[in-house]
Amino acid sequence: MTATATLTLRGAARLYAGAEAPGHGEGGPASKRVIVGYGFWIFLLSDIVMFSAFFAAHAVLQSATDGGPSGGDLFHRQAVAIETACLLFSSFTCGLSAVGAEARRMIWTQAALFVTGLLGLAFLLLELREFSAMIAADAGPQRSAFLSSFFALVGCHGAHVSVGLLWLGTMMAQLLVKGFRADIQRRLLCFNLFWHMLDIVWVAIFTLVYLVGGAR
Amino acid sequence: MFGKLTINAIPWDQPIPLIAGAAVGVALLALFTWVVVKGHLPYLWREWITSVDHKRIGVMYVLLGLVMLLRGFIDAVMMRTQQAVAFHAPGYLPPHHYNQIFSAHGTIMIFFAAMPIIIGLMNFSVPLQLGVRDVAFPTLNSTGFWLTATGALLVNVSLVVGEFAQTGWLPYPPLAELPYSPGVGVDYYLWALLISGVGTMMTGVNFVTTILKVRAPGMSYMRMSMFCWTALASNLLIVAAFPILTATLIMLALDRYLGFHFFTNDGGGAMSLFVNLIWTWGHPETYILVLPAFGIFSEVFSTFSGKPLFGYRSMVIASLGICLISYCVWLHHFFTMGAGADVNAVFGIASSVIAVVTGVKIFNWLFTMYGGRIRYQTPMLWSLAFVVTFVLGGMTGVLLAVPPADFSLHESLFLVAHFHNVIIGGVVFGCFAGVVYWFPKAFGFRLHEGWGKAAFWCTLIGFYVTFFPLYAAGLLGMTRRLQHYEVAEWRPWILAAVVGVAFSAVGMLCQIIQLVVSIRDRAQLRDTTGDPWDGRSLEWATCSPPPAFNFAFLPDVKGEEPYWAMKQRAIETQHLAAAGEYQAIEMPKNSATGFMTAFFATVIGFGMIWHIWWMVGAGLVGAYAGVVWFAWRDEDEYAVPASEVQRIDGERRRAREELLARNANVSGAA
Repeated sequence: MTATATLTLRGAARLYAGAEAPGHGEGGPASKRVIVGYGFWIFLLSDIVMFSAFFAAHAVLQSATDGGPSGGDLFHRQAVAIETACLLFSSFTCGLSAVGAEARRMIWTQAALFVTGLLGLAFLLLELREFSAMIAADAGPQRSAFLSSFFALVGCHGAHVSVGLLWLGTMMAQLLVKGFRADIQRRLLCFNLFWHMLDIVWVAIFTLVYLVGGAR
Repeated sequence: MFGKLTINAIPWDQPIPLIAGAAVGVALLALFTWVVVKGHLPYLWREWITSVDHKRIGVMYVLLGLVMLLRGFIDAVMMRTQQAVAFHAPGYLPPHHYNQIFSAHGTIMIFFAAMPIIIGLMNFSVPLQLGVRDVAFPTLNSTGFWLTATGALLVNVSLVVGEFAQTGWLPYPPLAELPYSPGVGVDYYLWALLISGVGTMMTGVNFVTTILKVRAPGMSYMRMSMFCWTALASNLLIVAAFPILTATLIMLALDRYLGFHFFTNDGGGAMSLFVNLIWTWGHPETYILVLPAFGIFSEVFSTFSGKPLFGYRSMVIASLGICLISYCVWLHHFFTMGAGADVNAVFGIASSVIAVVTGVKIFNWLFTMYGGRIRYQTPMLWSLAFVVTFVLGGMTGVLLAVPPADFSLHESLFLVAHFHNVIIGGVVFGCFAGVVYWFPKAFGFRLHEGWGKAAFWCTLIGFYVTFFPLYAAGLLGMTRRLQHYEVAEWRPWILAAVVGVAFSAVGMLCQIIQLVVSIRDRAQLRDTTGDPWDGRSLEWATCSPPPAFNFAFLPDVKGEEPYWAMKQRAIETQHLAAAGEYQAIEMPKNSATGFMTAFFATVIGFGMIWHIWWMVGAGLVGAYAGVVWFAWRDEDEYAVPASEVQRIDGERRRAREELLARNANVSGAA
């Protein structure tokens, strides 16, 4: 029996056989870690496409203020800068949790996830304060098409952060109960990817909505 | 308590939906009672509803699609008969009902008939053709199916509870905005499509990952079957296009529910934004549907001509070329909106370029048949009819792609005839070819050939007699979606079209009879070998129906058309390749997650449509709890013991050896 044939047989025992195969074809199905990470990336790409539709709408409607306030009248750059700092720093601590998970250090991982959650919560509260201040000043989403697109785009990101926080809490509980099992590790990997993606989208929002739009 | 929902939401004054709804309700109740009384419920739950097996999910998708195809066809019959009688007369369908029918017809046919059948066929065949045991994410697959079913359910509920959209299959603003569509019709549309759209996106992610990362050893890209390639192209389009639909529908929902101004007349809204966004999804959508159909035809042409597919590499390039160019033509759906001559010219030329790439495929199919020993069985008949019909439809498409011509033809029945020509000729014929082709693999017996041919001829004649008169009526200036009309010159063409619909109806009937007769005569139609069509790709290497694990050993792929090569080797040596040592196989466990998620999605959707906010809240909490419950389980795989694998594979080998011996005798005698 040739070497390849033996490899195939051993591989045949599991659903996603070869543990280290890259999935390029020659070695058979990729490992579960590769499959899960890759699949989640594809999902994130589709999510980014959804954001791009909201960005496009905002770009089209940015000057459609209908005689109401524009970005320059409404945005407080300082507050948004603090928001941004919170989110960027949370991405850093999220990265630390990945390092902790790699080293299988429960306390470090949980602590890093907890700080990530706190920073995410701070970001969300700052955003809600901004929204409620705008709505109180008669600059809610019903005021103009510009504000509709602003609230939808930034709100869509905020909704993603909220879902992320829910996921984060669930993940911390799972990690506590089940430990560093292979499937838990994969989920932590996906959560990391998700959180970093939110960061990337926020960078685009900060630039296009607040900096470019704030100059109008 | 119940939001906008009152007892008057049921259309008591309209006998047609009421009687239809009651009949469907009674039939469903009878079916359910029969299932419960006969004790089939545990079987259904265990083997189908909670199944994460890609083959079972594929079959359920196709079944859903066929049932919805029937529903959409009944709508079509009502529209054609209404126009046949509504000359200088009101006809039998009042305008608000007629508007709902053409909206529901388009929505159902695209989202809940064509999409499920195409996705179902991909589900069934792609993992088999790749030589693997399941898709990358089996539970996600089941969830995607059930969310699609939720969408179909909501659209059909609108028949008797409330109303459906009266906006056409794409809810253009400002008509779809609250002031002009104050009822729940557009809301039914929005939530049905938002929920099923999530399901479709899951399918896209799943299949891109499966095709790129989960393939048998040695199955490099250029050894994949053509159907896998077109499935890849289609799913890439899903991943990149469906999120735009979701975003656009969310914007419209925000306008309607929270008073936003995305697409409104006032507040600075831009209606043209909706039209642009919806067609950035909408044009790729047509290729999401037709590319897998192209793949099916490729399989059928090569199998039934007994030859490898001609120009395999150019086929791959053409498929991915179509995938790319389909993103650069969306504006041809609204040349008249006022983008200007230069922009229109760019998009007109890009649209014509697609015909070039598709032409490559047409010639490849013709050359595949050239010099082959062609067997005219039902799948091949559908494929041959496709080539002729699709070329005709493609040519009227090139006519419409010329902006000046489009200015006089847009919104006319010429357009309606064109897209039915390509969708029926391309997608529907492809679906029927695929269903007949893979049916024996799925169920272990063939469909009855005679009834299949009868269905084919009736459908083909029905199509031509219905839609070619509509081209003529369109050229005479008849616009689409007319509830009644007064122009005498259109009348004969409309009457001809209704005759065509009668043929199509007989075709539909033949399909149903074919299924019933085939199930009755399944003993004679049994496929004992697993290779009923003398196939070439890996799905024919396993038995019919395949075991849960598909293959006892993952095939070791050494070249293109791996199963054909295996078969030739076996015929030359008069021996099957030796079996290895059987091992236990781990397979994903059943999961109720998909069904449960869809249940809560239905609750959320219904609550949103009728403004029953507590119901929405309860649905969201339930869905979250369900996901956590699923995430908490410790065992997600079960093992098929080695002895069982050996028994199943032993049976397959015995059947194959018998076939080998039988064929040897035949060729010896000849």
